[in-house]
Amino acid sequence: MSDDPIVQMTGIRKDFTGVRALDGVDFTLRPGEIHAVMGENGAGKSTLIKVLTGVHAPDAGRIRLDGRPVGFHGPAAAQAAGISTVYQEVNLTDNLSVAENLFAGREPRRGPFIDFRAMRRKAKALLDDIGLDLNVAAPLSSYSIAMQQLVAIARAIDVEAKVLILDEPTSSLDRDEVEVLLGVMRRLAAQGTAMVFISHFLDQVYEICDRMTVLRNGRLVGEWATADLPENELIGHMLGREAAELEQIERTVAGHRVADEAPLASAAGLGRKGSIAPYDLDVHRGEVVGLAGLLGSGRTETVRLIAGADRADSGELRLDGAKASGHNPRTAAARGIAFCPENRKTEGLVGDLTVGENMILAMQAARGWARSVPAARRDRLVAEFIEKLDIRPADPDMPVKNLSGGNQQKVLLARWMLVEPRLLILDEPTRGIDVGAKADIQRLVAELSGEGMAVLFVSAELDEVTRLSDRIAVLRDRELIAVLESESERTVEHIVDTIVAGGRHE
Amino acid sequence: MSTHQLTERPSRSMLFDGLARYIPIGATVALLLALYGGGVANYPKFDSPQVIAKLFIDNAPLLVIAVGMTFVILSGGIDLSVGSVMAFATMACAWLTVDAGISAPLAVALVLAFGTAWGLLIGAVIHYFDVQPFIATLVGLFLFRGLTLQISDTDVSMRDVEFFQWGMVHAVDVGEIRDGGFWLPNLSFVAFAVVIVAFTVLHYTRFGRGVYAVGGSESSALLMGLPVARTKIGVYAVSGFCAALAGVLAAFATKSANPLANVGAELDAIAAVVIGGTLLTGGAGFVLGTVAGVMVWGMLNTLIAFQGNLSSWWARIAMGVLLLAFILLQRVLARSGEKRRT
Ligand SMILES: Nc1ncnc2c1ncn2[C@@H]1O[C@H](COP(=O)(O)OP(=O)(O)OP(=O)(O)O)[C@@H](O)[C@H]1O
Ligand SMILES: [Mg+2]
Repeated sequence: MSDDPIVQMTGIRKDFTGVRALDGVDFTLRPGEIHAVMGENGAGKSTLIKVLTGVHAPDAGRIRLDGRPVGFHGPAAAQAAGISTVYQEVNLTDNLSVAENLFAGREPRRGPFIDFRAMRRKAKALLDDIGLDLNVAAPLSSYSIAMQQLVAIARAIDVEAKVLILDEPTSSLDRDEVEVLLGVMRRLAAQGTAMVFISHFLDQVYEICDRMTVLRNGRLVGEWATADLPENELIGHMLGREAAELEQIERTVAGHRVADEAPLASAAGLGRKGSIAPYDLDVHRGEVVGLAGLLGSGRTETVRLIAGADRADSGELRLDGAKASGHNPRTAAARGIAFCPENRKTEGLVGDLTVGENMILAMQAARGWARSVPAARRDRLVAEFIEKLDIRPADPDMPVKNLSGGNQQKVLLARWMLVEPRLLILDEPTRGIDVGAKADIQRLVAELSGEGMAVLFVSAELDEVTRLSDRIAVLRDRELIAVLESESERTVEHIVDTIVAGGRHE
Repeated sequence: MSTHQLTERPSRSMLFDGLARYIPIGATVALLLALYGGGVANYPKFDSPQVIAKLFIDNAPLLVIAVGMTFVILSGGIDLSVGSVMAFATMACAWLTVDAGISAPLAVALVLAFGTAWGLLIGAVIHYFDVQPFIATLVGLFLFRGLTLQISDTDVSMRDVEFFQWGMVHAVDVGEIRDGGFWLPNLSFVAFAVVIVAFTVLHYTRFGRGVYAVGGSESSALLMGLPVARTKIGVYAVSGFCAALAGVLAAFATKSANPLANVGAELDAIAAVVIGGTLLTGGAGFVLGTVAGVMVWGMLNTLIAFQGNLSSWWARIAMGVLLLAFILLQRVLARSGEKRRT
């Protein structure tokens, strides 16, 4: 393209204590293009965005917007200059209503006073536009992360910015929502908005982006037009290793189930009003049971009952054949059930504690606070999981809040794998995790189940579910509609068919 | 554009979510009614309207500082300096009119401006130097108590008493107290005006909603591009102004300045705000709840006065117990809130 760039960053360097997050990075964004920034977890993608939008000041380098040098001293200034951003973590205030979050800072006013009626009307229209039907007066906290993510996106696209930046906007979205988002992006691109898109979903990147900039370990690898860079080469550039290595990792793993054994956990008519219809589900030792379904189909709700995070109001749960009464998170932990929830921000990590401390939390809690885990054992386990999950930087003493989003997710996973539960429940474990690490995690899950651990696995990514699971429970409209057992049934197509058909016979 | 509708995950138990916000303030109002009912049942004359009116006469200054405190706590901060600033403001009114010979209206204007400026300064320190509000405002607590005592360690009477008389002039006077009438002075109406303005600002202006946003999550508010600095500094300015105004109201009420007045008033204000249902962690609460919280405090004192044989410390003891109960109630609600969302 010959157009003058709208954003030009040259020689950007950013140091955090002990970590050089960006080193001599150049980045160019042209009007009307959708530009992907690619790289592994911790490569520096989010940092690049934060430097551009004034969250962090660069230690070296220049930024030009429309040819003029700029240095924003905060997101507000960047917004005022026409750069609208959705940061990686959903950053909204969930104590305020949906409408207020959409319009915070730019509420429609009558004189000095906010016109709440107009605000709700505009909010409704804005959400309608992306096909979302929410109660805009309800507090944002009453909606799921996915909805919150959509609200954050709606907020960002409404401001008619010159530049729109989306840092992993699709990490908790399902296909339909992603389609809608991509549609909106195309429309904006046609209107001349330049966009930066960061995602670990390569198919989305290839579908929507014109150009990509690849980073590795804080350094620029290069910039390519999407058409000139096949997927395996891209992966090679991102990881610095051959894509072929990955292929080998992504083999199908199935069939660890210990034959003819009574189920470890067995739900009979387990349900909760307004959340999930009564369902039957067995999980055996050494087995990975996947849960598939669209967003809002009740995947999370299903596992929360087994994890004791929600109380069932019908049916019963049997563990080792004995009725599990008074099931709550504490007793569940005592019974060998570990639950890794989907929302790492509010239910997971303690930002100020170190990587090691965060990892050890669940294990320590299981032992009771009086009996501390011996230091040597602790250090060994922490080191082992840092290596297994390839957490970077591999420093157990780094405060967790300083890690990149994907690496935080890995720490959370390690916490629950570390307790060596009999039943491990993973809700969207690979959200925001790069292709290489995803394979690592899948391999680790396979390995753990090979050792006899039972795993309940929730994921929006159907390939991941099919690749990993021995059996797949399919959900639709808060109801478990089928359990797919045979190999021939465990395909993405069959799952989709089941979901569609599940709607018909109602 | 898109014709197809996305799956909407129904916002679970929304009704409850909506109502949960009102449980603490509901509890406060219920408590208030219970205290009042108890008083009426046990003491003759407790049902006189003047008992209620007197709450707003005796506690007008407390109400004003509690309103300022509500802003600060909603934003996730705390202001420990208000009691001292208030005492200093009263003393400054006396000093400016007596020693400096300035006219009373001008003195009042100067004091209010000073309170606001102090708030701005401490807010800027808190925001730009990232100092804990607790520590930064503790500075004010010591500084202004010291300065007040430095000006005078004994009571000082106001000059220009005619001007200061205005505060206690009956603004409304309905019948004889003996026949079930009541009266309220001008200074109560000043306090009411503060409440109304605060309510309007908090609920209907960008600044007010920004206070809630910053209290909900400061880092999110920053990334959303909200004017976090202005908001954080603003709440301390509001609190400083309110503290100075409360000092002026005290000057109106007593026409003298006592250097040891209002020791611990900041804690009474915090207690009233929390009992009024505002979360100490910020982001949730109502200024009208604070009014109820102040009324609870006043009602306890009234009950003890009617009882006649109890020391006034019982009001503090009761307040302590209530505070504990309310903090626990908030925790329980917050927990069940966390549990309910996925
Ligand atoms: N505030 C901070 N303090 C210290 N180090 C930080 C901070 N923020 C990021 N880092 C470090 O900078 C590096 C780059 O992080 P960044 O968040 O930009 O990665 P990313 O490419 O966005 O990864 P992901 O795909 O996981 O989101 C990481 O090593 C991270 O640990
Ligand atoms: Mg990132």
